[in-house]
Amino acid sequence: MSTLDISPAKPLPPPRPPSRLRRILDSDIFWSWTQSPVAVGATVVALTLILVALFAPLIAPYDPFNPATLTLMDGFTPPASKSAFSDNWFLMGADHQARDVLSTIMYGSRVSLFVGVMATLFAIVLGMGLGLAAGYSGGMVDAVIMRIADIQLSFPAILIALLIFGVAKGILPANQQESLAIWVLILAIGLANWAQFARTVRGATMVEREKDYVAAARIMGVHPVLILFRHILPNVLGPVLVIGTIGLALAIIEEATLSFLGVGVPPTQPSLGTLIRIGQQFMFSGEWWILFFPAVTLVLLALSVNLLGDWLRDALNPKLR
Amino acid sequence: MTAPLLDVRNLSRDFDVSRPWLNRKLEGLEKVYLKAVQDVSFSVNRGETFALVGESGSGKSTIARLIVGLLTPSAGEIFFDGQSLAQGLSGAEARRLRRRFQMIFQDPLASLNPRWRVTDIIAEPLRVFEGGMPAPARRQRVGELLTLVGMAPEDGVKFPHQFSGGQRQRIAIARALAANPDFIVCDEPTSALDVSVQAQILNLMKKLQQEFGLTYVFISHNLQVVRHMANQIGVLYLGRLVEVGTPARLFEAPRHPYTRMLLDAVPDIEMTGRRRKKVEGEIPSPLSPPSGCPFHPRCPLANDRGRREMPLLLDGVACHAVEEGRTRP
Amino acid sequence: MTEPLLSVRGLTVEFPTRHGILTAVEDISFDIMPGEVLGMVGESGAGKSMTGNAIIGLIEAPGRIARGEVWLNGQRIDSLPPEAMRAIRGRRIGMIFQDPLTSLNPLYRISDQLIETIRTHLPLSQDAARKRAIGLLDDVGIPDAARRIDDYPHQFSGGMRQRVVIALALCAEPDLVIADEPTTALDVSVQAQIIDVMKELCAERGAAILLVTHDMGVIAETADRVAVMYAGRLAEVGPVRDVILAARHPYTAGLMGAIPRLGENLVRLNQIPGAMPRLSAIPPGCPFNPRCPRVMDHCRSHRPALSPIEPARKVACWLYPEVTEA
Repeated sequence: MSTLDISPAKPLPPPRPPSRLRRILDSDIFWSWTQSPVAVGATVVALTLILVALFAPLIAPYDPFNPATLTLMDGFTPPASKSAFSDNWFLMGADHQARDVLSTIMYGSRVSLFVGVMATLFAIVLGMGLGLAAGYSGGMVDAVIMRIADIQLSFPAILIALLIFGVAKGILPANQQESLAIWVLILAIGLANWAQFARTVRGATMVEREKDYVAAARIMGVHPVLILFRHILPNVLGPVLVIGTIGLALAIIEEATLSFLGVGVPPTQPSLGTLIRIGQQFMFSGEWWILFFPAVTLVLLALSVNLLGDWLRDALNPKLR
Repeated sequence: MTAPLLDVRNLSRDFDVSRPWLNRKLEGLEKVYLKAVQDVSFSVNRGETFALVGESGSGKSTIARLIVGLLTPSAGEIFFDGQSLAQGLSGAEARRLRRRFQMIFQDPLASLNPRWRVTDIIAEPLRVFEGGMPAPARRQRVGELLTLVGMAPEDGVKFPHQFSGGQRQRIAIARALAANPDFIVCDEPTSALDVSVQAQILNLMKKLQQEFGLTYVFISHNLQVVRHMANQIGVLYLGRLVEVGTPARLFEAPRHPYTRMLLDAVPDIEMTGRRRKKVEGEIPSPLSPPSGCPFHPRCPLANDRGRREMPLLLDGVACHAVEEGRTRP
Repeated sequence: MTEPLLSVRGLTVEFPTRHGILTAVEDISFDIMPGEVLGMVGESGAGKSMTGNAIIGLIEAPGRIARGEVWLNGQRIDSLPPEAMRAIRGRRIGMIFQDPLTSLNPLYRISDQLIETIRTHLPLSQDAARKRAIGLLDDVGIPDAARRIDDYPHQFSGGMRQRVVIALALCAEPDLVIADEPTTALDVSVQAQIIDVMKELCAERGAAILLVTHDMGVIAETADRVAVMYAGRLAEVGPVRDVILAARHPYTAGLMGAIPRLGENLVRLNQIPGAMPRLSAIPPGCPFNPRCPRVMDHCRSHRPALSPIEPARKVACWLYPEVTEA
């Protein structure tokens, strides 16, 4: 008996692979997720906030940015009470312009999340591209890219974002500043964060580059660009996913900081940071809710995303499994 | 007598292992080179197995990587089927030759992309070399290859980590065979495997060699395995060939003192109770190899000439003592 | 009849996982006599290292010794608190691992590590301990020991490092040395040297050795008796010469036939089809039955116990009428 004997029968074509959902549900990662109450809790909170933000126009009780629907007399209505002047009821109160705080938060998280996700994606694409190039080619390319990353990492990200924002403002014509502000913000935060990704991807690429499956592809004469994207890229995505999640939380906070400082999104499109800036004017005059609820939302959003990132890092770390 | 398929002539490879430029300038250091392979020549006949055997630092894996073009030689030339491979892996000529050779690696897990399904891994050479092949034909071919190496076509949908070490090496062999090569460099293909699995893989490799007329360069540190696989054996010590011969000649009448020492060191599994000589000393660092014959500090037959002069490979052995007819200290 | 130095009775090691409890070592019993070298051989995943680790109480969580007893010199040691176990490790059981760097701390000089270990276990002054350490290094064949004792581990070659580890394992004069793949990371010629050193020194000091390895050659050179493990169980135990030259268990026979020999040139090696089952998929009956060339119906449903078939020889295989059910 030997396993070498070749059966004369024609081999069947391979069957279809199991469905993607099945594989996810069977995976160790999913199992480890079900075992971690913190991860499950963080997912529920983050998903709720994201869904609420996504469907804000459909579920928000008021449209806070349509002056026609606002009754100015409702201003400063406390939480969970009816306005003394109209029939409007406010779960989280109304602000000085009579906007429903709950609705502004819903719309505000939308802006915050949009800026955060886009900026992080931009940072990932940029950092991953440069990291792959640096790690695979080594030598001069590597030295130049990584020194730039080192210099950038020695400054606080928020400072870099402020700088880029300021430069962009100087370049752009005044009439477009408002409409382009959100994109400038994305660019600024993305550029401030790419170095993290570049570093991680470069390290992982240098490890993968030396592995024999890359050597096998090189012997076949596979083009280096194809090796980079088809072979190495899928194998460095794990760590990118982890710092990407944590990076998202950072980007959201950076956006809030910039908006709080008044250099972020225009007041007509307030993000959570803008709402907090507005709210803090009223903190000591008794209208605490205008500040409190946006701040709590920001903390919940950043914390849940961050906890997810932490859990993901541990789940993907073979040493802790 | 036909021309050999692979002809390696005076192959050398140095590695620059110096400290970075700034450190060298600040600390006043010279550039340091590691001479991994020095002046190695051998040829491999069609359909035969040439084994390179040696311990760590002998340069055997470097030679493997030089042959397949992963490294370029510092000096010397490699001829494949009469054509020079001096250009490494670039150039149109090399592209045509490349599909004729393949490599099998030591660690089958590292040589298979963990994110790819087995089907895609085995089909990669087909994509590279037979771009026009329609997808159903490719799937069919992958199924045939899996059957050929003793696996089931259904295994193609799985990922490498779902297999045992032996099965992974079978997958690597299937990939190597996909584009119908006639020459395969095997770098320690069974040293990561258990003995019972090693026997399966060795048998499979021998069977495939007969079936497809494959030519192997077989790299190993294991003398028993080499004895089993090879038609010709080259013994390496510190980057140099010290003895070349057929297994029968090498194992029954080893001439170089290092070959004799290596054979003495192999555990006596037949329980013949043979008393072996004690092994003396250790392999010197390849960074500062001894002068003259690299083996002289450990050699019972060393004399002054050995300390000064490098012996040449004459009649299959590079040893002054053999040259001079001295066999006893 | 002398008492065994180490006596393992029904040792079972389990790992709870999300897919259920995996049994890495199941119902293993064996003895080691004073001064004896017992080779424990098996392929990767057979549970041989796990057995060694279980004896010295180094099973990593969530693994645990589920059943069984380990007796050292008449003292039960598997149930000892970690503190007492630590005193036994090093003092009465020395350890040699595959990678010398796991036993040697790269940040300390060899002298610090040797002297500290000696003084932890023996009532010696600093000077006396240092003298003893130099003597040990001399014994394991480190040239110029008096000078080299103050080097760091990275200043030694792989073979020399393993010699240092042997010195470290022997420094408190243990009764038993557990050597887990001590030569696997080394070159053939260095392996031969290390085997010689280990064998000589333990014989001089009367220390018994539990030699865990996948390499039958090392066992043949070193061991008095050999225990063959398969899928977490013992398949065969006997004097090394008998087992190697006349294996009783089909697995041992297959294993021996699979090893290429220097002396002969076969066209084809004997091969055992398939691979050892994963711990999660050990078949019912005899764990070897799907790969066994001599399998019978009985083997597929009944698990054989390791039973004596000759004096000094035990086999777990239904081919032998003396074998009982586990």
